[in-house]
Amino acid sequence: MKKIKYILLALCLLPITAFAAGVEVKLDHAPIKTTDKLSLQRGTQTFVNYCLTCHSADYMRYNRLQDLGLTEKQISENLIFTGQKTGDLMHSAMTKKEAKQWFGVPPPDLSVIARSRGADWLYTYLRQFYRDESTPTGWNNLVFEKTAMPHVLYQLQGEQTLKVEIVDDGHGGKHELKTLEMSKPGTLSKTDYDRQVADLVNYLVYLGEPAASTRVQIGIVVLLFLFFMLGLTYALKHEYWRDIH
Amino acid sequence: MGKRATNLMGWIDARLPVTAKWKLHLSEYYAPKNFNFWYYFGSLAMLVLVNQLITGIFLTMNYKPDALQAFASVEYIMRDVEFGWLIRYMHSTGASMFFVVVYLHMFRGMMYGSYRKPRELLWLIGMMIFFLLMMLAFTGYILPWGQMSFWGAQVILSMVGAIPVIGEPLKDLIMGDYMLSDAALNRFFAYHVVTLPILLITLVVVHVLALHEVGSNNPDGIEIKKNKDPKTGIPVDGIPFHPYYSVKDIVGVIGFLIVFFGIIFFAPEMGGYFLEYNNFIPADSLKTPDHIAPVWYFTPYYSMLRAATVDFLGISAKLWGIILMGGSVAIFCLLPWLDRSPVKSIRYKGPYFKFALTLFVISVFVLGWLGTKTPTPLFTTLAQIFTVVYFAFFLLMPWYSKIDKTKPEPTRVSG
Repeated sequence: MKKIKYILLALCLLPITAFAAGVEVKLDHAPIKTTDKLSLQRGTQTFVNYCLTCHSADYMRYNRLQDLGLTEKQISENLIFTGQKTGDLMHSAMTKKEAKQWFGVPPPDLSVIARSRGADWLYTYLRQFYRDESTPTGWNNLVFEKTAMPHVLYQLQGEQTLKVEIVDDGHGGKHELKTLEMSKPGTLSKTDYDRQVADLVNYLVYLGEPAASTRVQIGIVVLLFLFFMLGLTYALKHEYWRDIH
Repeated sequence: MGKRATNLMGWIDARLPVTAKWKLHLSEYYAPKNFNFWYYFGSLAMLVLVNQLITGIFLTMNYKPDALQAFASVEYIMRDVEFGWLIRYMHSTGASMFFVVVYLHMFRGMMYGSYRKPRELLWLIGMMIFFLLMMLAFTGYILPWGQMSFWGAQVILSMVGAIPVIGEPLKDLIMGDYMLSDAALNRFFAYHVVTLPILLITLVVVHVLALHEVGSNNPDGIEIKKNKDPKTGIPVDGIPFHPYYSVKDIVGVIGFLIVFFGIIFFAPEMGGYFLEYNNFIPADSLKTPDHIAPVWYFTPYYSMLRAATVDFLGISAKLWGIILMGGSVAIFCLLPWLDRSPVKSIRYKGPYFKFALTLFVISVFVLGWLGTKTPTPLFTTLAQIFTVVYFAFFLLMPWYSKIDKTKPEPTRVSG
């Protein structure tokens, strides 16, 4: 029986040894905190100034931004550039048809982009654009090869260029190591740019699920109540089952 | 009960046997007194069914079965409908938890031999419920009209189309179109909210009726009806379902709700297993995702579908995949006749059965895990090996269950 158990255990572990080495870009961890309202407000500002020009957030209403501690007046005066009302959805300034003409593909709606891509991907993507004259936009990206999106934030970040090195992979083979170098600095320092992108990604995560913080708050109360009920119902069961042996 | 209430009950009972049925199914339905943890999952399956029905009704109030509006209407529910996010998560988490509960319910049956005589029909009805559940999950997953909805449906529908002779027309009939489109989405909505739930509810009622006819099995796998009190005619090891198991099942319900709401409130995507990340991208018929993986509860079958890689006996590899996939589910129906052991419960079965069941569980987990991965030659080989293990559990059962060294069953249930 003991031998059998070992065989079974070995079978369980078998698939773990079978990991295939995938070629993927290492993503940086996005330093975000969805409870930080100031960061979310800054992210909103970047979002409406830069992203909303081409992208839309068609499932999100402007007045929902009151979640972030803003008033309707602040929202309509500072964040709406499309002449819409605060109860309206965050439409793009560009029509889908124009967008398709200019970029080849219409820029995706950003309402739930953080839920499909993940915060780390977005954080890395927005920081890894580089100059590449061979693409239609003149920009390329380490995370998303041949992306149709130009580097919208280049004035802030500056321009990066690609540096390819051939290095030993430690197993006798060679592989390409791609790094980016700052060739023309932007108006922000690296730390400030990273922070601004983090704020933006923080906002995108909030945008993906605006009810998330309410969800967690209610969840704590519900679970506390259920644990209390567990004790109560268990005591009830115990009382009823006293005479069953 | 007051005189007036007694009179009222008498009046009703003379016209509708409420009291008699209450007794038959609850207060005088005698269940074995030794149910353990595994016996919670039947009542929990019922709870999840009710959850799906109620949250489903609320979802239909705002959902739009329209290829242009479906995705947006789900997000509308998530954002603009009061507590819509909660209703949606209860429904999406409920779908996965339905499978968790039903898989554990089936595993309980396999451990304690609940499919054996006289419960063969009960088991078969249960299997039909399981088929319906899979169809409900499939049709429901299409409705948000995300990339995984669309491309997952493409995979399944192409399988229907691969069935010889009737495949193509059947596929067109199911879809109501020659491709996956708005018309198809409308049909799937109709199946998901009308056809399948009606069938499911009916079969669940039949399942419970059949159970109450033959009586519940128990962890010892012995029939409590064989040992009745000569005076009352009540099984000596039986206790009335109500109040004993009704109060006990409430504890199970609360325990389940802690897990259920723990997921809903703190991890509704469950790391991409309950809600796939790619399904937050609207369906695009021109953009095939790099990696199509079904939701976790279908991954073992998906692995087996992909495990068939060679044409054999004049049947294409694709059709073999479909045969394996369908067979892996259908073969459960044969269990009552494959098991030749003189005892029902794993407690008294011998080492062969225990070994086989453990291998089976491992193969299900490994196949499930492989189903979430992009296939590589190594993964495909692994999937093939474990597909063989999976089927061997069933096909070799008549042999190993017969020669296994069993222990004698007790005459009374043990704790």
